[in-house]
Amino acid sequence: MEHTMINLTLKIWRQKNADSAGQFETYPVKNISTEMSFLEMIDVLNEDLINEGKDPIAFDHDCREGICGACSMYINGRPHGPWHGNTTCQLHMRAYHDGDTIVIEPWRANSFPVIKDLMVDRSAFDRIIQAGGYVSVNTGNAVDANATPIEKDLADASFAAAACIGCGACVAACKNSSAMLFVAAKVSHLALLPQGAPERNTRVLDMVAQMDKEGFGSCTNTGACEAVCPKEISINNIARLNREYMLAGTKADK
Amino acid sequence: MTNMLDAKIPSGAIENKWTNYKGHCKLVNPANKLKLEVIVIGTGLAGASAAASLGELGYKVKSFCFQDSPRRAHSIAAQGGINAAKNYQNDGDSVYRLFYDTVKGGDYRSREANVYRLAEVSANIIDQCVAQGVPFAREYGGLLSNRSFGGVQVKRTFYAAGQTGQQLLIGAYQALERQVALGNVEMYSRHEMLEVVLIDGKARGVICRNLITGELERFFGHAVVLCSGGYGNVFYLSTNAMGSNVTAAWKAHKKGAYFGNPCFTQIHPTCIPVSGDHQSKLTLMSESLRNDGRIWVPKNKGETRKANEIPDEDRDYYLERRYPAFGNLVPRDVASRAAKERCDAGFGVGTTKQAVYLDFRYNLINKYGKAEAHRHGIHNPDEETLVRLGKEVVKEKYGNLFDMYEKITGENPYEVPMRIYPAVHYTMGGLWVDYELMTSVQGLYALGEANFSDHGANRLGASALMQGLADGYFVIPYTIGNYLAHEISVAPIPTTHEAFEEAEKSVRNRIEKLMNIKGDESVESFHKRLGKIMWEKCGMARNEKGLTEAIGEIQTLRKEFWSKVRIPGAINEMNPELDKAGRVADFLELGELMCKDALNRKESCGGHFREESQTAEGEALRDDDNFAFVSAWEYKDESHWEMHQEHLEFEVVKLTQRSYK
Ligand SMILES: Cc1cc2nc3c(=O)[nH]c(=O)nc-3n(C[C@H](O)[C@H](O)[C@H](O)COP(=O)(O)OP(=O)(O)OC[C@H]3O[C@@H](n4cnc5c(N)ncnc54)[C@H](O)[C@@H]3O)c2cc1C
Ligand code: SF4
Ligand code: FES
Repeated sequence: MEHTMINLTLKIWRQKNADSAGQFETYPVKNISTEMSFLEMIDVLNEDLINEGKDPIAFDHDCREGICGACSMYINGRPHGPWHGNTTCQLHMRAYHDGDTIVIEPWRANSFPVIKDLMVDRSAFDRIIQAGGYVSVNTGNAVDANATPIEKDLADASFAAAACIGCGACVAACKNSSAMLFVAAKVSHLALLPQGAPERNTRVLDMVAQMDKEGFGSCTNTGACEAVCPKEISINNIARLNREYMLAGTKADK
Repeated sequence: MTNMLDAKIPSGAIENKWTNYKGHCKLVNPANKLKLEVIVIGTGLAGASAAASLGELGYKVKSFCFQDSPRRAHSIAAQGGINAAKNYQNDGDSVYRLFYDTVKGGDYRSREANVYRLAEVSANIIDQCVAQGVPFAREYGGLLSNRSFGGVQVKRTFYAAGQTGQQLLIGAYQALERQVALGNVEMYSRHEMLEVVLIDGKARGVICRNLITGELERFFGHAVVLCSGGYGNVFYLSTNAMGSNVTAAWKAHKKGAYFGNPCFTQIHPTCIPVSGDHQSKLTLMSESLRNDGRIWVPKNKGETRKANEIPDEDRDYYLERRYPAFGNLVPRDVASRAAKERCDAGFGVGTTKQAVYLDFRYNLINKYGKAEAHRHGIHNPDEETLVRLGKEVVKEKYGNLFDMYEKITGENPYEVPMRIYPAVHYTMGGLWVDYELMTSVQGLYALGEANFSDHGANRLGASALMQGLADGYFVIPYTIGNYLAHEISVAPIPTTHEAFEEAEKSVRNRIEKLMNIKGDESVESFHKRLGKIMWEKCGMARNEKGLTEAIGEIQTLRKEFWSKVRIPGAINEMNPELDKAGRVADFLELGELMCKDALNRKESCGGHFREESQTAEGEALRDDDNFAFVSAWEYKDESHWEMHQEHLEFEVVKLTQRSYK
């Protein structure tokens, strides 16, 4: 592949810990190959900072192939940067030109407090799953896997929702900091399958209640979440969640 | 010298061993389970399934991972699939065949009894996952779909597009979070285990660093279960996640747990090649792609035409040529060496010439395009139509992998063949465990990739996920009871006990020592240098001279590390560089042991290729008379180990030269 070397200016949010105030710092980076990934570009900067005896930039990352959901940078006003259906770690420097300025911030949402620099606390998502994002089946309780055929379209739709990586970009993109797309993805994943049916009503009610308790905002259907979701989770899942919630609510009223 | 190790394999015919074991192992009654505490390190497939299942049984479980959420463990990245002997395809599969394929694929260096048990419980895994809501791929009739993987001639691999690990882990994670909600499991994310605490020779707890505050914390457990994954990152570049490391296993090793077959490393044939010095990791292109991709290089050295312009007669489909019976689906070690052979001989492609083509065009048109055209009733379709129809199917099967390839390389693999090259992927070696998955330390267990167990000298594709979940869901819940039944009268030991004091002190001292070096070279730089030595001298081909040199070079590098590494920041705060330094320091010790083990094993077997031991055709040549054993290394002192052997008895499978021709 062809590659060129570019120079860039980075404006990065630095924040020592949850209690301190943060501010932007400006860093020039030179000789960045357009074949590098975005995080490899940050690695280069960090190596420079360490060699200068300075504190490197803290950020979450692990798999670097778009599946663990750890990476979480808000790049030039967009979670995960400019490419569609993409995570920060899969963004490559081909997306930029020599002389560009790139502004990098953490996810910003009250329910995702900053831990340090670009790293935030997303444990609220785990607590939402704890509220009901599972099927109550102990190990050893299962019947033969082919005992219940599942219509291919349903299984595919369930899989598409289950592809959510729990990154939180949807929350970061939403002006209300709503977690509806994340919750809808989990509710849909399980509601579309026969295995999820027995707990369908309690699941949606409990997960939504926990979401509210965690302080995520309400959904006003702006669609910003779907636009930035790296796994292209469809906003139709939110419509499904709303239906599930209404139905469950009516049943609970009885 | 060497002592023979006892793996505590139950007696009886192979197909009865596990049933007999389960029928006779000790049980812990429900009331007593509530009084027993178990520490589980790791939340990958092995750890999450173990912690959830033990929580369901009523044990008090504490679960740890270094990521911000258990759902992000490295298992999430597994792509291609999980094996199980379901025989849903009616193509002749059975527990015996899965067992046999795995022993053969591992080049006869695994323990028959463990592998048989693995094959036996494999079917239960798929049932369990489906019950949890894992959305595996299905056929139009609503039943589960299967694909083929290397080294076998049946279709037994279950999958969810190229995201099987993600879906399985989400299933296990959900089960784990359910136990957290029920109060049976306490979850500690962003915690790194840095020491095992032993009291009277038994594992009784761990010391962890809270990665947010930097504080050291102590935790008691009646037993400790390590599910901390593999150590491929000792090579710096690998397909593993950035954080994958050997630290938990290494601390256990230094506290008395033997390390089994450390040199058995899997180099995966189909990964995106290295593009430059900046590279931080390598990306796998799943083995499942070899179902539909054909691997080739040009027949002419110095070929200048673009891949699509090279006619069939000028292409060398070298796997199909050399291994007609298995073709593109030979096991990984064989495929990797064959790729290296072609590139070394000057037939490589791309700018670096360190790559071969993985081409989908043939199947896209002939397999999927034609089938779809038929299904839609299109007669005599032109090539363009076939490509369009074929693409849809290929997209459904491998879409995320193709997207990943395009994002990284900027090339569209639907149009041009992928360029691929072997990369470090998996470690068959790991902590030595007996049949019950207990290490050589009482009450200390190792599950999943962290143990050496079931894959011998080469793991077959889609078998790691199977093993991790077998260990966690179906093995440890029984075997740990057999141990804990003796521990019911042991009250929880307060963490003020002197053994905890001492363990914490030694961790603190080491951290202070690291921080006080205040040198001038970054951790990353040392890690890269270690990786280069390992890749060049303990990688795809090994020889006595190289390994001997590597040992010396690693010792020197380690000294340099301990006098020159520079770690910014402070101890009592979040400090990812400090975390990384501790891990690299452990890799610098492990690397030496791997080379020692490779030097000691003068035969070739599976992924371990000693250049001195090959057949006339360049295949790995085993030496069963001298090396049909597991090497289990006991740590003595810096650079000193004593090797123990577990002799491998083959009662069922006949030892033969592996052939895929
Ligand atoms: C890219 C890729 C694709 C793969 N695809 C397949 C496939 O298709 N099929 C297949 O069968 N296999 C596949 N494998 C192999 C398989 O994914 C792994 O072998 C398997 O997932 C390992 O699972 P595990 O539970 O043992 O460990 P991991 O998933 O690696 O989990 C390790 C856990 O331990 C924790 N941990 C580690 N050290 C510490 C510590 N010191 N303190 C606290 N916590 C710690 C981590 O936080 C993590 O939670 C693939 C591997 C890779 C790299
Ligand atoms: S819905 Fe999309 S953006 Fe939101 S957490 Fe899931 S993957 Fe991330
Ligand atoms: S680092 Fe895993 S998704 Fe980006």
